[in-house]
Formats: sequence, C-alpha cells, structure tokens
Amino acid sequence: MSSVSATVQDVFNEPACPKNAAKSEKERKKGCTKQLQPGGAAGGCAFDGAKIALQPITDVAHLVHGPIACEGNSWDNRGAYSSGSTLYRTGFTTDLNETDVVFGGEKRLYKSIKEIIEKYNPPSVFVYQTCVPAMIGDDIDAVCKAASKKFGKPIVPVNSPGFVGPKNLGNKLAGEALLAHVIGTVEPEYTTPYDVNIIGEYNLAGEMWQVEPLLKEIGFRILSCISGDAKYTDVASSHRARATMMVCSKAMINITRKLEDLYGIPYFEGSFYGIGDMSDSLRQLAQLVIDRGAPAEFMDRVEAVIAREEKLAWDEIMSYLPRLKGKKVLLITGGVKSWSVVAALQEVGMEIVGTSVKKSTKEDKERIKELMGEDAHAFDDMSPREMYKMLKDARADIMLSGGRSQFIALKANMPWLDINQERHHAYSGYKGMVDLVKEIDKALYNPIWDQVRTIAPWQNAADSWQAKADAEAAREAAELAADPAKAEAKRRSKKICKCKTVDLGTIEDAISTGALTTVEQVVDITHAGSGCTGCRGAIGGILEGLAGGPVVELTLEERRAVKICNCKDVTRGMIEDAVHAKNLTTVAEVTEATNAGGGCTSCCDTIDDILSEIVAPIAVAAE
Amino acid sequence: MAIVEIGKKACAVNPLKMSQPIGGALAFMGIRDSMPLFHGSQGCTSFGLVLFVRHFKEAIPLQTTAMSEVATVLGGYENVEQAIVNISNKQKARLIGICSTGVTETKGDDVDAYISLVRQQHPELDDIALVYVSTPDFKDAFQDGWEKTVAKIIEKLVKEPEPDVARDQKKLVVLPGSQYTPGDLDELRDIIEGFGFEPLFLPDLAASLDGHIPDDFTPTSLGGISLEEIAALGDAAHCIALGSHMKLAAETLQKKAGVPFKLFERMIGLLPTDAFIAHLMEISGREVPLRIKRQRSQLVDAMLDGHFHTGGKKIAMGLEPDFFYDLSSFLVEMGCHITAAVSTNATPILEKVQCESVLIGDLEDLERLGAGCDLLITHAHGRQASERLHIPLFRMGLPIFDRLGAGHITAVGYRGARDLIFDIANMFIANAHVARPDTWYPHPAEGADSLASPTVAH
Repeated sequence: MSSVSATVQDVFNEPACPKNAAKSEKERKKGCTKQLQPGGAAGGCAFDGAKIALQPITDVAHLVHGPIACEGNSWDNRGAYSSGSTLYRTGFTTDLNETDVVFGGEKRLYKSIKEIIEKYNPPSVFVYQTCVPAMIGDDIDAVCKAASKKFGKPIVPVNSPGFVGPKNLGNKLAGEALLAHVIGTVEPEYTTPYDVNIIGEYNLAGEMWQVEPLLKEIGFRILSCISGDAKYTDVASSHRARATMMVCSKAMINITRKLEDLYGIPYFEGSFYGIGDMSDSLRQLAQLVIDRGAPAEFMDRVEAVIAREEKLAWDEIMSYLPRLKGKKVLLITGGVKSWSVVAALQEVGMEIVGTSVKKSTKEDKERIKELMGEDAHAFDDMSPREMYKMLKDARADIMLSGGRSQFIALKANMPWLDINQERHHAYSGYKGMVDLVKEIDKALYNPIWDQVRTIAPWQNAADSWQAKADAEAAREAAELAADPAKAEAKRRSKKICKCKTVDLGTIEDAISTGALTTVEQVVDITHAGSGCTGCRGAIGGILEGLAGGPVVELTLEERRAVKICNCKDVTRGMIEDAVHAKNLTTVAEVTEATNAGGGCTSCCDTIDDILSEIVAPIAVAAE
Repeated sequence: MAIVEIGKKACAVNPLKMSQPIGGALAFMGIRDSMPLFHGSQGCTSFGLVLFVRHFKEAIPLQTTAMSEVATVLGGYENVEQAIVNISNKQKARLIGICSTGVTETKGDDVDAYISLVRQQHPELDDIALVYVSTPDFKDAFQDGWEKTVAKIIEKLVKEPEPDVARDQKKLVVLPGSQYTPGDLDELRDIIEGFGFEPLFLPDLAASLDGHIPDDFTPTSLGGISLEEIAALGDAAHCIALGSHMKLAAETLQKKAGVPFKLFERMIGLLPTDAFIAHLMEISGREVPLRIKRQRSQLVDAMLDGHFHTGGKKIAMGLEPDFFYDLSSFLVEMGCHITAAVSTNATPILEKVQCESVLIGDLEDLERLGAGCDLLITHAHGRQASERLHIPLFRMGLPIFDRLGAGHITAVGYRGARDLIFDIANMFIANAHVARPDTWYPHPAEGADSLASPTVAH
C-alpha cells in the first residue's frame, strides 16, 4: 500500500493532463497546486474534495475519522440526489476526543465500522482520513483491511487528510481510492455493447435525471455513474463498460485515464450543459460504442432523439430570446461550469462580460477562450470593489455565481442566480437549459430591482456606499495622477504572472539588467510564465515595449496615433478627444461613443487608464 | 432533576455537535474590525465559513493559516506570522482573533509564544490587537469555544481601571451566551435602554450579523462592539451575564476590573423575564416603561391561547446545554413533556432540565428516542429525522440553513416568548391529525389502493 505522499506524487504525474505534460520533471514534482497563502486563502481542503467526489455514492456509509469539525460542521450540505438509499446523507464520524489523540484512534475507528455494519449493513464503508489522525499516526489502511476481513465487506480507506492540499487534489485522491479498492472488484451480471460510464457527474439537484432517461431511450446502459446516484456495485463493476464520458472537466481525470490504460475503455470529455454540448456528447458517446462494435445504425437512434429534443427546447427558449438577447452576464464560478455555462448562455444570445476562473484548470480557461474568442475577461479572485466597478460600468445585467459571493451582488442591488452546489434547480440536458433560461429571465425581470435601487426619501445620495465607492476610486485616481512616482510604483506593481506572483517591475528590471530579448529568457530568470503559461503573451508585449529602449519618447502626435482598440480600429487620440468633448467618465461611455472596447474588450483596461489620466486632473482642478 | 447519561457509541451518527473553534470565531465576529483566524488547515476554516454563510446568509469574515502538511509537521510559526501580516495589511483588521484547531493542537503549536515572537519581529503591528484562544476540535463543543473566547477577550483587552475610579452608573455590560441571536440582543437592548442604561454587549452580534446593508465594503466584521469600548468596560457599574456558560467571562471581568455581575441562567418565558425586569428596576431605580407592561400582558394572553395546543405534547429536543435548559424549561411551563433529550456535552446545567434523563449524543440518538413524539426541536440537520419519523421539525439553534431569518428568531423578553408560543402552537395546529372515513375503522381488505395511502395527513 502506498503512502499518501506517494499517491499525491502519482496524481501530480497524471500524463493525460496537458498542463502536466508541458512541465519539466522538476516542476512536475512540485505539484500542480499553488502554494496556499496564510491569511489569504479560501476554499476547501483535500478531505473536503475527496468527500464531495465520493459522497454521492448512495448506499455506502461514509465514515469520517477525525475530530468533530470535519464532519460535524459540514455534513449533509450537498445537493446530490438519490433514487434509492439515503444512507449517504447520514453523517458518520468517529468524533475523536482528547484521549483518542493521546492513545490513538484506531480502536474507535474499528468499533465505529462495526457499529455501522451492525446497524445499517451497507455494502461498503468508506473511511475518510483527516489531519489529526494522520498526524498521530492512525493507520486507517490497516484498520480497513482488518475490518474487511472480519466483516466480509469491502471497507475502503480514503487517504486524503486536509493538509495535503486543496479540494481539487482531494477529488483526485478520492479517484485513487476507488481505483485501488473498488473498481474492478465486482463483475456485472451481464454486459451489452451499449454499456457506458459517466464520470464526474454528481447528480446535483437531480441533474442526472434530466439526461439519464434520454440515454436509456436511445439504448445506452449506464453501467456506472461516478458518483451521482451511484450504487457501490455499479462503481465496482465499471471496468466492464465499453466507453466513458468524463463530465466534470479534470476533477476525476485519473480514473478515466486509468480505466483506459487498465481496461482499454476509451473516453471523451463532454458536457451536459447547453443544448449544443448535450447533443455533441450524445453523438460522441454513441460513436465510441460504435467504434467498439455496436451497430452503426445506433447513431440513427441518437439523431432521432436529438432532433426531437432540440426542437422542443428551442421552441421554448425562443420565447425568451427577445427578452434575454444582448443581456450581459457576470459569471463568478469555478471548474466545469465556467465553460459549460458560457456555452449555454451564448445559445440564448446573452453576452458574458466576465468570468472568474478561480477553480478552473488551464484547460477550462482554454475552453472559455475557444468559446468566447479572445474576449474572455477572466477574473481571478475578483475583489468586491472590482465587482462593483464592473456592475457600475454597466457591463453586466445579472451575476451568476455560487452561494458564497451572492452577497456582493444582492447588496449592490444586482439580479443574481445561484449556479453552484447549493442551488435547487437542475440545469443539465435540454430541459435543464430551458429551466436555466427561465430562471435567469425571472431574476432579471423581477419588479423589485427598480424599487430597491431608489434611495429612501430622508437619505442623502452622497452617503450611499455606492457613492462612497465611486469617490474612493476617483480619489485614488487623482492621487496617482498628482504623484508620478506613486503612479509609476502602481504601474510597476501590476501582477503579470498570477501563478508565480511576478509583477511588471520585476520583469522590466530583469529585462534591462540582463539585456534579455526572448520570452524564454524572461521565464527562466523571473519564473513568470512558468505556471499556467497564460501570461507569456503579455511578457512578449513587455519585451517589445522595451525593445526600442526605455528612453525613446513618443511625440505627442505619435502618441495620439497609437492604436488602442485593434478590433474597431480606434486610436488614443480619438478616445482622448471623445472623452474631452463629451465629458465621459466610464469605459462603457467611451465604448458607446467611440466603439473602442466594443470588440474583444481586451483594451478596456487601457481605456480605463486613459480615462484616469484625463478625468483625474480635471477632478483635481475642479477642487 | 435529570440524569445525564453519556452515550456509549464509538461512532457519532448525524452529529448534533459542532466544533469549538467556530464557537470562538462567532464570538470574534461580534467585535468591530475584527478578523477571526483559524490556525489549521484551510478546510477547518472553509467548513466553518460555509456553515455561517448558510445560517446567517451574510458575508462572513474568517481566515486561515492554511497549514500545509510540511508546516503541520515543522510547526506553524511562519504561517501564523504571515497570516497576521497579511490580514493587517490587506483586510485592515484591528483585532485578529486566533483560534487553534485539532491539527495544530495535536502538533502542539505554542501560539502564545508565536505571538510574542511576531510582536518582536513586527513592531509596525503594535496597533493590532491579537487574541489567542486554545480551542482544539477534539474537546468540548461550540458553546465552550464561545465561552473561552469571551473570557479571553476580557482578560486581554479590558483595561484595569484606576483603583478609585468613579463607576459609570449608566454603563451596563451584557455578556450574552452563544445561544442568543442578533434578534435576541436587539430585544434586550431595547428593554435595557428603557431603564435609562447604555448597554454594551460583548460580543455584539446584533451589530454585525443582523443582516444589514453595510455602508461600505468591509472584509472584516461588519460591526459590533469596538476595541475602545471593550478597553473601557472596566468602569461600568453593572454587568449581566446570560447563560451559565458566561459565568467564566463575568468572573474574569469582576476579577480584573471589579465590575459586579448578575448571572441569568434562563431568559425565555414569563418568570425569567419577570426576574430580569425586576433586576433592572432594582439597579436603575426606575419605573418600568409602559410598553413593557403591555408586552407582559400580551404574553400572558398568548400563554392562555396557546396552552390548548401545547398542553400534553411530547417534545424531542436536541440543543447545546444552556439553550436546552432554557428552552425546555419554557416548554415544560407551557404544558409540554420533554420525552427525548439529547445534548452535546455534559455540563452541570443539564441536571436541572425537567425530564427523566438527558443523553450526551447525536441526532441518531434523538431520532431513536424521538419516535412517537409530537415535535422535534433541534437545528436544521434534524430535517432527515423529521422526514423519516413523519414528525414536524421546529428549527432552533445553529445551523439553520434551509430557512430564512435564522438571525432574527427572537425568544427573549415578553415579546420573544409571545411569538415563540405562536410559532410552536401554529406548528401543532398545522400538523394536527385530520380524521378520514377510515381513521377509526380501517378496512384494508377492500382494496389495495387504501394500503398505499397513509392515514395521516401532513
């Protein structure tokens, strides 16, 4: 049995992960998780991730070996639905106490397993390791092994204590536990050429049930779903499927890839979110089973269902199109939803003005780019003030996010819809897409928004926090304009590489001191661009900018002729004139007046800079 | 009167208990410009954060030292230091309240020593108050974390007054237990102000987690008692502690600053409120405001109306000790019987509960003992038991994540008790058994259909 660190190392070596493939041996060993910043981190731990990934297996008892915090503070808080057993929603924990910490908790763990089997008799017990027992050296593998032997049932150790890393890593460690102890241990009663696995689907709010009936109608047999609404034996026999669909992006890539390596089951990555993606996924899944011997006519059945369902869905959605077309959405979410929801919203003519990629892998980001063109404003960890600025610049009409960031939207009087795990609506497949559109429409057109945006009769508009935030932003801009040294410091402090936290100043200094000329040199020396590599383009830009030598001053005319917006062909001079002539103050106004920023929107930040250069001195002069 | 039994199970099933550090964190959230910080792995914080967000439906300030595997083994000084520096710089917190967790307590991190070291290394942080409370997850529970934290805040932050200080006769310190909601605190403030006092609540969740729209973005607590107010508590003439677990804090204040205190173990119901009002009359020498007199009369009327529905009802209750004692006593006074009683950890107050026995256990125990009851009272996690037993659930305590207004449930004062009676009685009315033609003479043989449909309407 391998140790946790060996398993973690193995997960870091995942060959199917393109991000991993691009790394050197040394970098790979460091792992794919960003070092957590004390005092600046938010998000779940590896245990959390492992539990989330496995808990939807409904007939298993999920026993958390640790003090009360790990289960007591978190149990039954996910909306994964079951069509049968409800045992997975029962919270089991060894609730370690002081004595256990001193004398070890293995006996208590063993007794707990015994009690669970006596009382609930589940087909299996999953035992989750947490930080404290990992530190005191409780060997859960050994306890599980002994218990399996004694009780004649598979007792599965899930070695993913919180401190080994974030949620994402925990997802994968959960996958390793299934591979090591569950998958391949049971043979299905019979097999068909249409047996498939769905991996990374958790049946949140019953989403699987928006898809499953169609799969069954077409003729697929879902041998196992990992892990939404799954039963232990389904998961254990998943090695006999003919094809795998990987749903939740990279969360469980290790299972998918190892099913291919060990059992020759081919896979593809698809999504059930959005009409187009749903249809594509059905076709791809069918193609995989056809490739492995199912009759080619099978595809006709798929196409028939797709044609019927797409028509039904579009007929319903079309009634919303006039109300939603052109509405702007700010999308704050992570992982799979970042790109699946983008695809879905674009189908109803909505425009995505921003998306946070906090929890997304590089692949997720690439997909966003692919779907939205270069206009993907991906906001890593947007601050509340920035969010407010986005809303205020009228670049968003509604915010879609998880439950935790809703308060910023609601307090900014912004329509908001929950699309993360706490949600109560299922949004997958054709029916789910219609429901999502319906919900967005309901939120957008609720009559309360006009009312809550008006201030109380006795209240002074200047005292509202919105006004204060604007004043604060203006003050900061004025301060920078008045103090060139500070403005320079601010300019230099701009983060270029978010993975390795390298700022503009560091890169500029490295270039001028080392007389660097290529991006690769900069990456070697500053480490900027050695993470997700997303900023290498920006580094190229910095190199070009410095290539002429930092001393060359542009003449006023040359400066005015610099093209700011390449999409709409707008120069700095045109923007400056418009700002002066029409007293513009926001990026949105500039876009409306000059078209600059109306294309890929990547120049919006530059427009903002121009605005603060012009507007701030005016504000100062006015005082 | 009750015998307190300790459960013999090794495995807790469907826990009732929540951990000690989050009790501590909640106490810190009642102080203005504060940032609670868990010294542990990031999951410790994340779980607590989500729990509070779902309960209060508010942004919750809570940070972590994000202990990695290596840091856990080698000791977390750098993490604590970095966290303090980052929170001071970024969030501009004026108080950082550090709670230890199971991880760092198991390792044995000496956080007090870390803090002295941080103080030496970072003189620029002299203005930032740092309070550390030892709250291992594997010991005690939520209420205890709160208790220790409030006592520690007083010990560290209240200034000793001059020996001959003239006490401020208007200044009244209230030390509320962890079971009181922002709504409860507002009700108490209203009553106390009616007697001419200027009450100061430590902690004051009513000013931070009452669900208000803040004037500005703030990453720290949204309000609460200020550090200056805490420092100056020492010259108060009066102190009132609510709930037996607040005795430690009250004694700490008395020892440090000589403020005399009065402890109220119960706050819900007619008689406890009478006692509270009598105390305020005595120390203020003032008349009772007219509106309070009217409220008492309303409560008496509500008791009269409500007793038809509450009388003889069997209640299964799972709450933390002090809240259990207070609420169960009130219900017994309304004619209910506590037939199933489960609490989180053994404290002397449970022996005063008016029922046969109280079990230290979990919601599985409550579900087992509660079969056949008329009403379940516990936090929102009682919903599964409620579904399986077909017994309605009245949500009290924390967390309540599937209903709105958890922060405003008000049970104290005449008004609070009045509304509580209405809410509970209405639940009984709504779930009253409705008779059907076959209720008294069922004839299952006549058709298979009647087998499938339950005879009890919900």
